Amino acid sequence: MKLAACINHVPDTAAKINIAADGKTIDKSGVTYVISPYDEIAVEECLRLKEKNGGDVTVISLGGDAHKETLRKALAMGADKAVLLRDDSVRDSSGVARALADYLKELSPDIVFFGKQSVDYDDGAVGVMVAEMLGLPSVSVVVKLDIADGKATAEREIEGGREVLETSLPAVFTTQKGLNEPRYPSLKGIMGAKSKPIEERPTSPVTAKIELLLMQKPPAKPAGRIIGTDVSAVPELVRLLHEEAKVI
Amino acid sequence: MKILVFAEQRDNRFKKPAFEAVKTARMLADQLGGEVVAIIIGDNIQSMGSDLGGYGAHKVLVAEDGRLARYAPVAYATIVAEAALAQHATVVVMSATALGKDLAPRVAVKLDAGLAAECTGLNVQGGEIVATRPVFAGKALAQVKITSAVKVFTLRPNVFSSGESGGVPAPTEKFSAALTDPDFSCGAKEMKQSSGKLDVAEANIIVTGGRGLKGPEGFGMIEDLAGALGAAVGASRAVVDAGWRPHEEQVGQTGKTVSPSLYIAVAVSGAIQHLAGMSSSKYIVAVNKDKDAPIFQVATYGIVADAFEIVPALTVEVKKLLGT
Ligand SMILES: Cc1cc2nc3c(=O)[nH]c(=O)nc-3n(C[C@H](O)[C@H](O)[C@H](O)COP(=O)(O)OP(=O)(O)OC[C@H]3O[C@@H](n4cnc5c(N)ncnc54)[C@H](O)[C@@H]3O)c2cc1C
Ligand SMILES: Nc1ncnc2c1ncn2[C@@H]1O[C@H](COP(=O)(O)O)[C@@H](O)[C@H]1O
Repeated sequence: MKLAACINHVPDTAAKINIAADGKTIDKSGVTYVISPYDEIAVEECLRLKEKNGGDVTVISLGGDAHKETLRKALAMGADKAVLLRDDSVRDSSGVARALADYLKELSPDIVFFGKQSVDYDDGAVGVMVAEMLGLPSVSVVVKLDIADGKATAEREIEGGREVLETSLPAVFTTQKGLNEPRYPSLKGIMGAKSKPIEERPTSPVTAKIELLLMQKPPAKPAGRIIGTDVSAVPELVRLLHEEAKVI
Repeated sequence: MKILVFAEQRDNRFKKPAFEAVKTARMLADQLGGEVVAIIIGDNIQSMGSDLGGYGAHKVLVAEDGRLARYAPVAYATIVAEAALAQHATVVVMSATALGKDLAPRVAVKLDAGLAAECTGLNVQGGEIVATRPVFAGKALAQVKITSAVKVFTLRPNVFSSGESGGVPAPTEKFSAALTDPDFSCGAKEMKQSSGKLDVAEANIIVTGGRGLKGPEGFGMIEDLAGALGAAVGASRAVVDAGWRPHEEQVGQTGKTVSPSLYIAVAVSGAIQHLAGMSSSKYIVAVNKDKDAPIFQVATYGIVADAFEIVPALTVEVKKLLGT
């Protein structure tokens, strides 16, 4: 089974985000970058399917040199092959999807995994966009996946429960926390990853469909009010919620 | 110009965010000098369509087919994209519900359109729509403009107002797209309901418990309070990872993003990844025994005390007020 995961290199979720002087990007100083948490789940799912059904796992990232770090992490987890689609610019989700789709068309895997969203611009769009560009079915926000007889049954999280979908293969899936627990790379994996090559590919430029005008910090919330330090504060809290906030 | 709004229904009832999307589209159309065409997709839904008039739709397209009773991603996207083309709509709006988030990227590709996802604000500036959307888990807000000819926007649920229905029914029209078998090669077969509980993603009030509740038993009083308020129960990741609560209740960066009118965080520290999922709630109450817990920085009202004393008393007081 030919498996692939598209992975992004993003600020650590605990990072403090400050806006750069241009007012359009983030200030990268002091920010550590990691593989996007959902993309780690995508890699893990590939590895599990390979362990069960055989095959090989390709991990793909679009970006600059820094993305090699994230590709190495995936190699250390156990991926067979890593591809960097080189692009040093910032693309919108359809531009990212275009480049990934062009490469995946050539690779032609049975299953491609994406994270449900990159924890940077939080678009939550690239995986499904790639599926549509490749003319493939997709199930997003998957928390359970079974592959059998050339078909997949996937459960995705929706409001009030889970929706169970069946789909033909090849197909695209986007991962949600709960699908699996990503492994830590073993020491052997980490050492091995150092010598595995990362294939570099150029990408064709695309016309952006989104123009970023401005990035700002959200307005600071007015300082909250501590109403009290024991149970005597409860009636006052209920009064405030009822009369001031009018939410109950 | 025309705006096409996909209005989501499930089991022949509109989702509340569907009204928010229609109303917002109407607000944009009024400023841009345009018209709002809504589309609904499903089976046996003909009679529902006209209700969208009350929220501002000028016309409603009804795509009905037995095979559309449940979500089929490619078929739904084909219908919405073909409707946009047939109506010459240049703007497509839908809510960023689970379904909307899946549908919008496909529709955008079909229409060669840019997508601004999970917008929390849409404003008309100089005849163009400027969208505000949270990025980096809400640690920054981006203002973006879509530059392609057709533009797709999804709206974060519970942020835009739907108002009350104005009561004017809209004319409906049947709509069908040429669907083939491959369009249904992927589709929903069943829905596994999570025991009929209110989902955090849809609730107007959420009571969330954190690790400070010591164990799954600590959630008994959280459920009581939620019951009294008609609220959903939420959980921090620490309690989900500990197996005290199911993942579907997790709020935060790797859980659900919520913006209810009232969010009550009990024994939750307010880690940055938790705040990412709930800081856009309209009112936030924090109960925590540590006065330095970061949750107090986003809370509107706080009580610094033991949750096991406060929560039962709060339930009593709420019941007194609401008669629940
Ligand atoms: C990649 C990544 C993604 C993450 N995503 C999420 C996410 O989606 N959602 C999420 O919630 N977290 C997420 N986290 C985890 C997050 O960093 C915190 O670990 C987590 O939110 C802590 O949960 P908590 O507040 O319940 O527990 P703690 O941080 O342990 O806080 C417990 C709080 O309870 C208080 N307390 C204790 N006893 C009492 C008492 N008797 N009465 C009142 N208060 C009491 C304490 O003062 C403390 O503030 C993520 C982390 C990472 C690295
Ligand atoms: N630059 C990138 N390189 C590789 N994969 C990416 C990139 N950006 C996004 N993705 C994939 O698309 C998913 C959704 O991203 P997004 O739509 O940007 O939220 C991510 O979880 C990744 O799997």
